[in-house]
Formats: sequence, C-alpha cells, structure tokens
Amino acid sequence: MALRELKVCLLGETGVGKSSIVWRFVEDSFDPNINPTIGASFMTKTVQYQNELHKFLIWDTAGQERFRALAPMYYRGSAAAIIVYDITKEESFQTLKNWVKELRQHGPPNIVVAVAGNKCDLSDAREVLEKDAKDYADSIHAIFVETSAKNAININEVFIEISKRIPVTDAAGGTSGKGFKLGRQESESRRTCC
Amino acid sequence: MDEERQRPSVPWENGTLAPAHHLCTERADSPTPGLVEGTEPGAGQKNAMFVHAQSFEDLTAEAEEARKEAEVFGSRECAEDVGVLVEEKRVEQLNIPPDCRSKEEDVSSEAWRSHKKHMFVLSEAGKPIYTRYGTEEALSSTMGVMMALVSFVEAENNIIRSIHADGCKVVFLTKSPLVLVGVSRACRSDKELLRELQYVYYQIVSLLTLTQLNHIFQHKQNYDLRRLLAGSEYLTDNLLHRLDHDPGLLLSAVTCLPLASSSRGVISSSLQAAKSKNLVFSILLAGDRLVTLVRKKDQFLHHIDLHLVFNLVGSSSSFREGEGWTPICLPKFNTAGFFHAHISYLEPASELCLILVSTDREDFFNMSDCKQKFLDRLSKRSAYQALKEALKSRSYSVAQIGIPELRHFMYKSKSSGLYTSPEFPLVYQSDEEQGRLMALYQDLHSYVHHPTRPLRSFYRCGETENMMAWVTSGFELYLCFSPLGTKALAISAVNKLLKWIRKEEDRLFILSHLTY
Repeated sequence: MALRELKVCLLGETGVGKSSIVWRFVEDSFDPNINPTIGASFMTKTVQYQNELHKFLIWDTAGQERFRALAPMYYRGSAAAIIVYDITKEESFQTLKNWVKELRQHGPPNIVVAVAGNKCDLSDAREVLEKDAKDYADSIHAIFVETSAKNAININEVFIEISKRIPVTDAAGGTSGKGFKLGRQESESRRTCC
Repeated sequence: MDEERQRPSVPWENGTLAPAHHLCTERADSPTPGLVEGTEPGAGQKNAMFVHAQSFEDLTAEAEEARKEAEVFGSRECAEDVGVLVEEKRVEQLNIPPDCRSKEEDVSSEAWRSHKKHMFVLSEAGKPIYTRYGTEEALSSTMGVMMALVSFVEAENNIIRSIHADGCKVVFLTKSPLVLVGVSRACRSDKELLRELQYVYYQIVSLLTLTQLNHIFQHKQNYDLRRLLAGSEYLTDNLLHRLDHDPGLLLSAVTCLPLASSSRGVISSSLQAAKSKNLVFSILLAGDRLVTLVRKKDQFLHHIDLHLVFNLVGSSSSFREGEGWTPICLPKFNTAGFFHAHISYLEPASELCLILVSTDREDFFNMSDCKQKFLDRLSKRSAYQALKEALKSRSYSVAQIGIPELRHFMYKSKSSGLYTSPEFPLVYQSDEEQGRLMALYQDLHSYVHHPTRPLRSFYRCGETENMMAWVTSGFELYLCFSPLGTKALAISAVNKLLKWIRKEEDRLFILSHLTY
C-alpha cells in the first residue's frame, strides 16, 4: 500500500485546544489540565484512506504571541492547516480570520484549510454561532467542523476530510514536499552500532 | 571511551593541604580529602562542565559592580534616606482598592501583604510586567511608585539598592530595560533577594532574548510586555518556587542521578555518538537530576542556563507527548540569540528527558534523528537497564554513611559545580519540615556568603537540630545533625562523611565530561 506523508499544522489563538485536538487524534486521550504548548510539538499518526496510507506529520504550534514569528516555519510546505477557534470565545474567531489572511498571503498556494470550532461541548457558553462560522468557512472554501476534543466529537472527521481534499497521489511530492527544510529527510543512513 | 583520565595540572601550589602526587593517581585513597579547588571529592577529571560555576558571588557580581560604579558618584546615605522616606508612601499605595480578576488575590488584603516573598518586574516606563501574587493591573500604581523611586535616585547619579523598613527588605535590581523589585520579610541579606531577582531576570531573557527586549522598548517605551509573556508566567512562578525549595539554586550547582560510572560512561558515549553539525549541547535529565551532559568542544553551559532548562522542562507537561521544538535563549551563554531545543521524553511516562540544543531553527528533523540514534544505541546496552533501575530509588539514604547523629547534608564540589545530598530522613518528610530545613540551610548559606564578613565555618545548636557549615576553596558542606550530638562528634562526622563521598564520588558525580 502506498504511503503518503502529509504535513499538517495547527494554528490558532492560545488556549483554544489545538494540543487537545492533536492528543485526541493521536493518543485518543484528553487532559483538562494541559499546559500551554511551548514552541511547537511534533507528532505523527498513520491512517488508512481508501487504498493509501496517510501519515500525518502534525505540527502543533504554540498560540502565544511570542512564538508568532515562528509560524511560517510550520505552515510553509504544509499540505493542510487546521485553524482552531474556541466557540465560547468570539475573539478567538477573529484571530482565526487573521490566520486565514496570513495563510492566503504567505502560505503555500494549494494548502487545504480546515476551520475547527473547538469546545462544542460547552455550547451553553457559546459566543460564535455555528452558522456564522460555517458561512465564513464556505466563503474561503475551507473545511468546517465543530469539534470537542474532550468528548471526542468530529476529531477524526477533520483528518478524514483533509485526506479527501488532498490532490491525488502523483502530485504528492508537489504539494507537500518542496521548498521547505522542515520536512522529514528521506535518506536516513541508520547504521547499526557495535 | 575517554583515554584522558589524567587530572589536569591546575596550579594548586599555594596552600595545598594534600600532596599533589597522590591526587594525580589514587584519588580514592587520598588520606585527606582535598580542601583545595580541583582536588575535592566530586571534582571533574577533565575540564569542568560549566563555565565558572563555582560561586554564588558569580551570580551577584555583575550587579555589585554596577553599584560600585554608581557609588563613585554622589553619597549613598542620601539615597538611603530618600529611600526610607518614600517607603512610607509605598506602604500607603498598597492600600489602593484593586481590580482583581485572576490569580484570585486581593492585593489590598492582609493575606497578600503577608506573603513571605514578593517579586515584581516592571518596565522602565513603570508598566507592570510580572507580579508573583495578585494581578499586574491591580498593582500598576504600586509599580509606578517603585519606578518613581528608582528614577528619583537615578536623577542624582545614584542607584537605589534597597530599603529596610518595618522588618521588610525591598531590594531593587535595574537591568535596563527592566526593573526588578523583591520584597521579603524572611531574607537575611539583600544579596539573597538580589540573587533571586537575577534569576527572574534571566528567566525573562531566556524567553525573549535581551536583543528583542531592547528592540521592543527602544521602539515603544510604554510597550506592555505582558503581551509577549502571556502564557509563560507559570515558568517564572515555578522558578520562584524552586528558589525556595531546590538546593541546586541555592548552591548554584546541579545534582546528578547516582549511577555506576561505567553505566554513565556508556550513556554519555551513546549520546556523544549521536551528533550533528549544529548540535551544541545534549542533556539527559532524570526529573531534576542530571544523568549526563555532552557538549561541543570549547562550549560551556552555565549552571544558571542549565537551571533555566530544568525549569522549562520541569514546569510543563506539554513535552510529555510527541517531540517539542522551541527557541530558548541561554542568557549566560549569549543574551543576543536563540538556540533551538529539541525536547522529548525517552519513553512515555518515563522521567528521562532528552534535550538537544541546536543553533539552527530548521534543525528539527536532524535533532529528531539524533534522538533516535541515541535511543537505538542505548536500548541495546545493559546500561539502559541500570539507568532505569537507578530511577526507581529516589536517591540514597543518609543511613548508608554510618554516622548515627547525621540527619542530612548538602555537599557541593566547587570546581565541577555539582552537589550531592541524600533523601530527606523521616523527621523531615512533611513539606513543612522540609521547608523549615531548607530555610535553615539558607541561613547557613547566607552566613558563609556574607558580603562583608563571610564565615569559613559555622556551628549552631538548636532545639530541634544542630546545623553546621564548612566552606573551603574546594567545597561547600552544609550539615544537619540530631540535637543531641556535640560539636566534637560533628567534626569527626565531617571527616568520615568526606571520606565516604570520596569513596562514592564515581557514582554521585559526573567526573569526566564528553565533548562531540
């Protein structure tokens, strides 16, 4: 079975639940007291999609202001970006729009964008209407989904949607491989030692 | 492995108590434990791992220099008078009704005021940047007053050092573009508080670099730095907690995981073999204890930088999963730039954390490969099992030494910058008792590091324990005895203890340091 590596980065304001989404997807676990990510965290997970294996190389970036300047390093060369906001925080949705703008201007041209409204388990405290977010996502041709990392709602679905939208195989090298150094290098000379 | 097992011929001709030729060959058999730097138990066999790691003074020296310069101008007494005058105003200012949100503390309350130690950071424009308790917003006028004090004294070409009033010490540290203020009722000397302020300063620099700090404030003097520090305050909170509890920060030293030297050797050489062009330091930690450190030739790590790394790793659960990649400035190495650290645990739920420090921000996958190489190599060796075994036991018990009246001790080898200390005995199991013992050690420490009259040795009988400190040019030793012991017993215990440490030094310390 063919293996494709897909670089995916998560962007969004601090505290919206980027790491929780990744943990839920990769480890199927949830920790309510997770510390803010420092710098960025890298994880992988391989899933089967149709007759291919998709290995997601996931860059979970820190949302804090001081790491802002590092973001291009992570979205550069990404096949997809998941931009996360918190449905209980209007402000985080505004931040999301800025991320979309930045990606349009500086990101890779064919990047698949997914808009994820996290913490949908807290709908009592909702500040961002699902319809507004959906309309916005449609207007930028992005995947839209409301998620809950806590209750494992729609987490795998985001990644499946991404798999669907990624152009078919022969373009693989083109979409995810070129022009960035932060991709895994293919040639690994692994010597066995004494 | 390491062929160069010879000790370096550091000049120790002046005042050597132990014959030098003994030291060159049979360290463990040396009749008198070395009292001279470089010969004490635990001294590194090749050049040291850290840069000028020996002294506590090292940390405070910079500030002292700046002060001395300032003292050349204008009279100091004048400054102090002014200080005390304005101090009364300050106390009034603290009563301003606050607007308290998070951190859930009312800064006008008695509870807030009675905290043992307050730390404040502000910008030179007087904008609040950090407070240990309460919220910065609620303290903006208080911090304004602090800045007014600093500028008022500065206008006379003076530098404000401290205010002593009402049993309280207020110590100022001006590190342009930041001003740091510590307030404590418990500290014995200004110097102690100053040392902690320095740590807080370095913590902030390690997040942003001094270059970036300067740049920001040059462009916008009244910039609110909290924007950039948002989400990182807990690092400073944790550092302050460590300053109260971790002997390593008190001693300006690092402790090692006790491990057979052959196992440590294998681990170190596995780490040494996993090298990469831009790799500067490889650090393997077991919780708060160092397992090994491999460095680029001629590059040294300062113990402050290492403590900042410990703090970063120890404070955050975010490195627990996956592989972390973060910029970090090591301020004692270079305040101008960032290194990039690859941080990951060797196994899930393990205490073993590997930190690979690279100069290149795009080096993540190279570092990731280095880690994999190290792990592949190590997991084939029995040393890995030995390491895991060593992790299971907390540390070592003081009973092993066979000195009945000795309860606890801290021994620091000055030349290696490493210290060793047994686990707390039963009497000091509770947090409260441990805190009390640490406070006693802090007392001893401030006596032997007194700025004007440092003591070489110190013995004090107390109701609950007898405390003793002894400092030579080679080591610092702090001991806690049962209250029933005598001074004579204590002194003979010290000799016995030093012999024991000498015998065990292979296990307790890292004696040889590898470079790539």
